[in-house]
Amino acid sequence: MESTTNAPVKPRFSAAAQAEIDRICKQYPADRRKSAMLPVLHIAQSEFGGWVAPEVQDLVAEVLGVKPIEVYEVSTFYTMFNLKPVGKHVLEICRTGPCQLRGSDELTLELERITGAKVGEGPSADGLFTLKEVECLAACGFAPVVQVREKYYEQLDTEESVDAMLSELRTMVHRPALPWEETGLPNAVANN
Amino acid sequence: MGRKLLTEHINVEGIDTIEVYRKHGGYRSVEKAIKTMTPDEVVEEVKKSGLRGRGGAGFPTGLKWSFLAKPEGVPRYLVCNADESEPGTFKDRQLMSKLPHLLIEGMITSSYALGANTSYIYIRGELLYVLRILEKAIAEAYAAGFLGKNILGSGYDLDLYVHPGGGAYICGEETALLESLEGKRGNPRNKPPFPAVSGLYARPTVVNNVESIAAVPVIVNEGGDEYAKIGIGRSTGTKLISACGHLNKPGIYEIEMGVPVEEFIYSDEYCGGIWKGRELKAVVAGGSSVPILPKELILKTAAGEPRLMTYESLSDGGFVTGTMLGSGGFIAMDETTCIVRNTWNFSRFYHHESCGQCSPCREGTGWLEKILHRIEHGHGTERDIDVLASVAKQIEGNTICPLGEAAAWPVSAAIRHFRDEFEWHIRHPQEATRPGAVFPGKAVLA
Ligand SMILES: Cc1cc2nc3c(=O)[nH]c(=O)nc-3n(C[C@H](O)[C@H](O)[C@H](O)COP(=O)(O)O)c2cc1C
Ligand code: SF4
Ligand code: FES
Repeated sequence: MESTTNAPVKPRFSAAAQAEIDRICKQYPADRRKSAMLPVLHIAQSEFGGWVAPEVQDLVAEVLGVKPIEVYEVSTFYTMFNLKPVGKHVLEICRTGPCQLRGSDELTLELERITGAKVGEGPSADGLFTLKEVECLAACGFAPVVQVREKYYEQLDTEESVDAMLSELRTMVHRPALPWEETGLPNAVANN
Repeated sequence: MGRKLLTEHINVEGIDTIEVYRKHGGYRSVEKAIKTMTPDEVVEEVKKSGLRGRGGAGFPTGLKWSFLAKPEGVPRYLVCNADESEPGTFKDRQLMSKLPHLLIEGMITSSYALGANTSYIYIRGELLYVLRILEKAIAEAYAAGFLGKNILGSGYDLDLYVHPGGGAYICGEETALLESLEGKRGNPRNKPPFPAVSGLYARPTVVNNVESIAAVPVIVNEGGDEYAKIGIGRSTGTKLISACGHLNKPGIYEIEMGVPVEEFIYSDEYCGGIWKGRELKAVVAGGSSVPILPKELILKTAAGEPRLMTYESLSDGGFVTGTMLGSGGFIAMDETTCIVRNTWNFSRFYHHESCGQCSPCREGTGWLEKILHRIEHGHGTERDIDVLASVAKQIEGNTICPLGEAAAWPVSAAIRHFRDEFEWHIRHPQEATRPGAVFPGKAVLA
């Protein structure tokens, strides 16, 4: 299965994703299906190229049996949901106090310089990287920190550590396994 | 060496599996509680332990549990707050990823005490990898008969689920968390009613921090009185401190309550002193929301007593000369740190994270950020410091949830203790905004 950065016009969840959604919905009382909103939005974002297009959000509404507006108000409130197309890898750079004390501002400039992408703007010209500044990632003792999907890259305070992260991402030929697939835990786990 | 009640086995190979965890005494509290104690007896032990909520507010856990309404025939819930988003705090993430079964054991024993048959762990969305670790461990606990129907043949049923957030600091506030768990925006609710009466799905609910829940197994195993022997006064037991900033050895330390702050910062058992051989300038001791203190006041109270890592000692002197233990997010800043920049950074955080429901918070955090930004960038005016202080004052006490105060306190405290540094930025903007500029001390203002 290929990763797409453009959501299809009429998206549909794959069978594996649908099975995962069905499992999750059982965790809440039958009349509280809306509770599955955030987990299902996460699945949708992974399934459809790292962002949730309006059509994808409509699909989430349909699956949960809620009105589309109920999904829109949630997707715009929480910062993890990308509302515009993103590059293959979204680098979420922590910018909060403890990381700033250990050089996150410098790291951001460095990542902008190397990738050619700018924070808050579109992906780099090669389509590989989107840079996003985020608030504290609960890794302050290992600052500065970047999160890419489920993986934390920590102590990015040397040229080597930054290079190592970027080359790992550059050589990732296949998209990372979707969480609910049978391929086991993402390699992030081993590193945290 | 202090006792480690939570993290003793954290580095044992395979401790994230149920076999190894049980070999090291895991799940004993579930057996003890369910087979030999009534739910109320468990609550009683937690009361005796003196355990205070580790999420930030320090409210006595046993007391909170005893407030839970128990109307006949109405389900009640235990929800674990694993949102961990307070800047400077990163203990829950480590605890859950390395010792998933400890939290699960705590959830089972606590749910039994509260009479909850369905419980949730609400984990911040960024920690999806930890959610998977927890789900794997939960599956093991079901298979071993510690979860599900008729646990250990007792007739007690419990289902435990993990629920991810979506990236919003405010969802750490317990009523925002419940809204979020219901699939909505994380807007804090007006209180009363409190969650103990009307929480998740309008049913009686207890919300507790990861570390609070993780302390329950040891309290049940050893007894509340034993637990209460550790620590000083009303600060009992151990506390996980997330140490970060300019320290030689940042990381997570489980300390017995009462360790002197000076020892915590400088001894090799803990943080090993300030990096690069520099001097300490200031500390934010309990996560970004608590008042910052300069070196003199974090090491010693105004009365000259050594400051200790306890709820009481850290808050000695109130906000004039003290601070709070909060969530235990300990942020150390060396002598080169720009306090204005740091204060601006935190204000930006609170402005970004305000849910926007109440105007004092929504607008006030915006003004704090804006004014601090302009002072930091050399465009401040003499009036700005007083305006900042007055905006902070007007937020306090005028909002639905405490995020307003959390945004205001750091600003008030920074001005209280570092006013001259703000004045330097305003009066000598060219020097102050030079890259790498360090405040040279009061003398320049004379
Ligand atoms: C803005 C805000 C953010 C909070 N974030 C957290 C958090 O990330 N984790 C947490 O356990 N408590 C957090 N709290 C405190 C919770 O509202 C609640 O008091 C706590 O979860 C209760 O658990 P405890 O009694 O075990 O500490 C936050 C409170 C506020 C006002
Ligand atoms: S104080 Fe701020 S975060 Fe809390 S409810 Fe009001 S606007 Fe929202
Ligand atoms: S401040 Fe960056 S992880 Fe906490």
